[in-house]
Amino acid sequence: MSTTTIAISELPAARPFTLRLHDWVTTVDHKRLGILYILFALVFLIVGGIEATIMRWQLVRPHNDLVSPEVFNRMFTMHGTTMIFFVAMPLVFGFANYLVPLMIGARDMAFPRLNAFSFWMTALGGIFLYFSFLGGDGLYGAGSAPDVGWFAYAPLTAKTFSVGHSTDFWTLSLLSSGIGSIGTAINIIATILCMRCPGMTLGKMPLLVWLNLVMAGLVILVVSPLSAAQIMLLIDRYLGGHFFDTQAGGSAVIWMHFFWIFGHPEVYVLALPAFAFASEIIPVFSRKAIFGYPVMVLATIAIGFIGMSVWAHHMFTVGMSAGANTFFVLSTMAIAVPTGIKIFNWLATMWGGKIRFAAPMLFCVAFLFQFLVAGLTGVTLAVAPLDWQLGNSYYVVAHFHYVIVGGILFCIFGAFYYWFPKASGKMLNETLGKLHFWLFTIGFHLTFDFMHVPGLLGMPRRIYTYEPGRGWDTWNLLVTVGVLFQGAGILVFAFNLVWSYLRGKAAGNDPWDAWTLEWSTSSPPPVYNYAVIPVVRSRRPLWDLKHPEDLDWRYE
Amino acid sequence: MSPTNIFAPVSTPADSIFGLSIFVLLNVAAIFIVVFALLAYVVVRFRNKRSDDQKEPAQIYGSTQVELAWTVIPVLIVLALFLASARVIASIQDPPRPRGALQVIVTGHQYWWEYRYPSLNIVTANELHVPVSDPAHPTPTFLTLLSADTDHSFWVPRLAGKTDLIPNHPNQMWIDPHEPGLFLGQCAQYCGTQHAKMLLRVYVQPRDEFERWVHEQQQSPQAGTLSDGQRVFESTACVNCHTISGTPAKGRFGPDLTHLMSRATIAAGAAPNTSQILRLWIKNPDAIKPGSKMPAMGLNDQDLDALTAYLETLH
Amino acid sequence: MSTLSVNLPEGNFDWRLPSRGRVGMYCLIAAEAAIFTIFVVAYLFYIGKNVNGPKPKDVLHAPILYTVCLLSSSITAHAAVRRLVAGNMVAFARFWLLTILLGGVFLFGTAREWAHLILQDDLTINTNLFGTTYYSLVGLHAFHVTMGLLALITVALFYFGARLRSEHADRLEILSLYWHFVDAVWVVVFLVVYVIGV
Repeated sequence: MSTTTIAISELPAARPFTLRLHDWVTTVDHKRLGILYILFALVFLIVGGIEATIMRWQLVRPHNDLVSPEVFNRMFTMHGTTMIFFVAMPLVFGFANYLVPLMIGARDMAFPRLNAFSFWMTALGGIFLYFSFLGGDGLYGAGSAPDVGWFAYAPLTAKTFSVGHSTDFWTLSLLSSGIGSIGTAINIIATILCMRCPGMTLGKMPLLVWLNLVMAGLVILVVSPLSAAQIMLLIDRYLGGHFFDTQAGGSAVIWMHFFWIFGHPEVYVLALPAFAFASEIIPVFSRKAIFGYPVMVLATIAIGFIGMSVWAHHMFTVGMSAGANTFFVLSTMAIAVPTGIKIFNWLATMWGGKIRFAAPMLFCVAFLFQFLVAGLTGVTLAVAPLDWQLGNSYYVVAHFHYVIVGGILFCIFGAFYYWFPKASGKMLNETLGKLHFWLFTIGFHLTFDFMHVPGLLGMPRRIYTYEPGRGWDTWNLLVTVGVLFQGAGILVFAFNLVWSYLRGKAAGNDPWDAWTLEWSTSSPPPVYNYAVIPVVRSRRPLWDLKHPEDLDWRYE
Repeated sequence: MSPTNIFAPVSTPADSIFGLSIFVLLNVAAIFIVVFALLAYVVVRFRNKRSDDQKEPAQIYGSTQVELAWTVIPVLIVLALFLASARVIASIQDPPRPRGALQVIVTGHQYWWEYRYPSLNIVTANELHVPVSDPAHPTPTFLTLLSADTDHSFWVPRLAGKTDLIPNHPNQMWIDPHEPGLFLGQCAQYCGTQHAKMLLRVYVQPRDEFERWVHEQQQSPQAGTLSDGQRVFESTACVNCHTISGTPAKGRFGPDLTHLMSRATIAAGAAPNTSQILRLWIKNPDAIKPGSKMPAMGLNDQDLDALTAYLETLH
Repeated sequence: MSTLSVNLPEGNFDWRLPSRGRVGMYCLIAAEAAIFTIFVVAYLFYIGKNVNGPKPKDVLHAPILYTVCLLSSSITAHAAVRRLVAGNMVAFARFWLLTILLGGVFLFGTAREWAHLILQDDLTINTNLFGTTYYSLVGLHAFHVTMGLLALITVALFYFGARLRSEHADRLEILSLYWHFVDAVWVVVFLVVYVIGV
């Protein structure tokens, strides 16, 4: 190996604002698009959080009258739709866009223009959905934001029961972002399969790349069914079709099947990239290679496959046959096995390590504890008879927020603290990071631990108020208090992002002493990522460079 | 004690689920304790201490035995939980149907419950009456679940798990409460604006009380001279939505009012059935249940008083 | 100015990965296949569930001729690309235009069938479940044929503008993958609508 020095000229001093804005709006660079996705998601995170706050305030006591039932029903619909499609998905795609080319030693994604198109289709979806608050009134005055729940069950979405255009805003905005999602997924797969640097066989890719590859495969297979179902819904609403028209022999249940064939794998679309972050951060902060790389890859693929066979566990109460119910119990429980294996492998990675509890690791450790709980409550819900009691109750709401907030969002926070230095050249403030962590964790547990109890005591979801005397009052109060802490944590985080971007400590190329390719280039990377395309020989190319006496590729 | 606590079952389906839930929770708690303890141990024991040399620890890449161990054990646990679930699913979904079983047809509406007892010729709304069932000689009640509009779900936690009411997709469930009393629940599938106030009240009665209730429900009101209130009822839009047997009112969109006064609540449990509230409901339903399908009838005070008085004769 | 230390590769390295265009097209095909699957499932699910209105066996007549046209167009598309690889531009154009013609005939056949169904048999998308699922599935397919045809026509325009060269054969092969997919979907749709569903 020979080493040489290449001079890199930096960009000239600040261009006028309008030109810089134009650069960003017309960019096809994966790093900028990644950042656009993430900023977009952060804005909607605040909006979705406000919607949640309004709901929790309304539910703080029985028979509260902060908002009308119509407004409340819009809140839970918009909160769910926003958080899944305009926060979590863009965050996942944003990080994938930013990191995948860097981690495989490539200069950009396979199709940069498709990349830009996909982002703007997603952005259009988000803006259009929110336009419904203003423009939804339409001719009949029955409008405003959609209020049919984020899974929009038929026949509530039929023209008869959803007069006006509010449901159409839901349908059309998700069709638009669906096109964006599929475009990005095609890009991710083509990038990973076709643009890895020399020496990086599939068995030598970082786990983050593997997890995003499987995620993209899932998106291609499952977002399309949602789009298909939405086209059918439009045909019903505007061309007089009968797909879900129960009066004409249509089936409400088939909508549920189509939706959940998308809806369940969707959570793996969100979870796999979160696992990816944990799989990169935990080894670096334990100072050990990931334990069981091949098993982690196999477990990921298993989760991808099994995840497409469990969807009807969302339909245990619908009246399927005993045989069907039993099958879905088995498939749902089966997926707990590879997921559990992952938790054990992360644990084993930390075992015998020298763990440093900087902000990224704090979030990932909390993720491990919380994801354990989330998975176990999932197992309880997989038991169909238990789901007959707990399904559609606050127990389920607590479970899935435990997964998405306690699991996925915590990993995403970890990813922010870990890769922000790479993207911006500055470190996020560590003290503020710890403050964010503790505030948010306390708030998260106050809200979502206690939220299980009203479910066990019979409280269904999607109700704008409840009766006193059912034993739900105190629990709802505690749940609402947690929101204050979470909100405070998010504010600290937002402040940290802005403050550190402007005045953070210089990060250098490799502030964490990490081992994957992105840490070999500058922070932020030059627009072409790598002056010379790297050649790799192991899963941790930088470990090899730093430890020539203990080369990874001798052991892999 | 919460009246809707899933851990206080009084009927066989809820009992079976309760038994299963204990088994599941014990398993899950055990797993939690073990893994939590391991995580806690790791986080404490392998902390980087400043006193340490800063050399990298030994790099361990994997271990086939360990991977096998923590694959096999979860598979066994999954198998156990699966078999336990399968047994309870079969027992609840394919129950024996003794000859003493009562049949009720439940039709979900936005936002109220219609109950028909075909073998007894009874039609009522919102408050379900069933006989208590002696475990030695069970007299369960079988509910056929239909919907007139959107999806609903029948959930009375102490009696059974929930089953959905889906248009064009009839469902069956059954209960055999072995304790008399009033059992509460509510609609558990979002069905529109007033989903939150589509409440359930199930009166489980000793056999003689139940027979008395049946007998009362089977009576038709006496035909006599038309009261003022009855005239108002029959000449306003009320008849388009409501039925009062023995009168020209045969509407099916809203609850049957023939025995309105036998019910403790109105508007599917949203408010108690008192004179004042009844009057308010007719005058301005949005004050009690905004977004319900009952329109404000726009009657003057005199008609309103007469109408309320008439409805109060419907025992 | 900043500097970066880089490690330069030594020796030869045989590193070949699949082409981006091909992988991208396969992914697109997978996504489209998933959409069609849902429409096919809906069609199959609703067979025989009509409450009223015309039934499939009353009004459907298997479009054998038009099917043959469409499936042959896959063969002509393949032949065209082979000719382009060989550099035989005139033969390429002949086969390519024949592909477009055959695709156009298929669409004409669909239009004719629909005109008959709507005007003579009173079957529209809102008549009954059969109408809804039939027009949606066949219509979705026809939409994809149209998109494919537009792409083929665009290539023909490039040819007539003297901008098409033998080096473009690989891209045309990727494009024709889409066209083969559209034909394969028709095989499934034909089986489901005119064989199983009747």
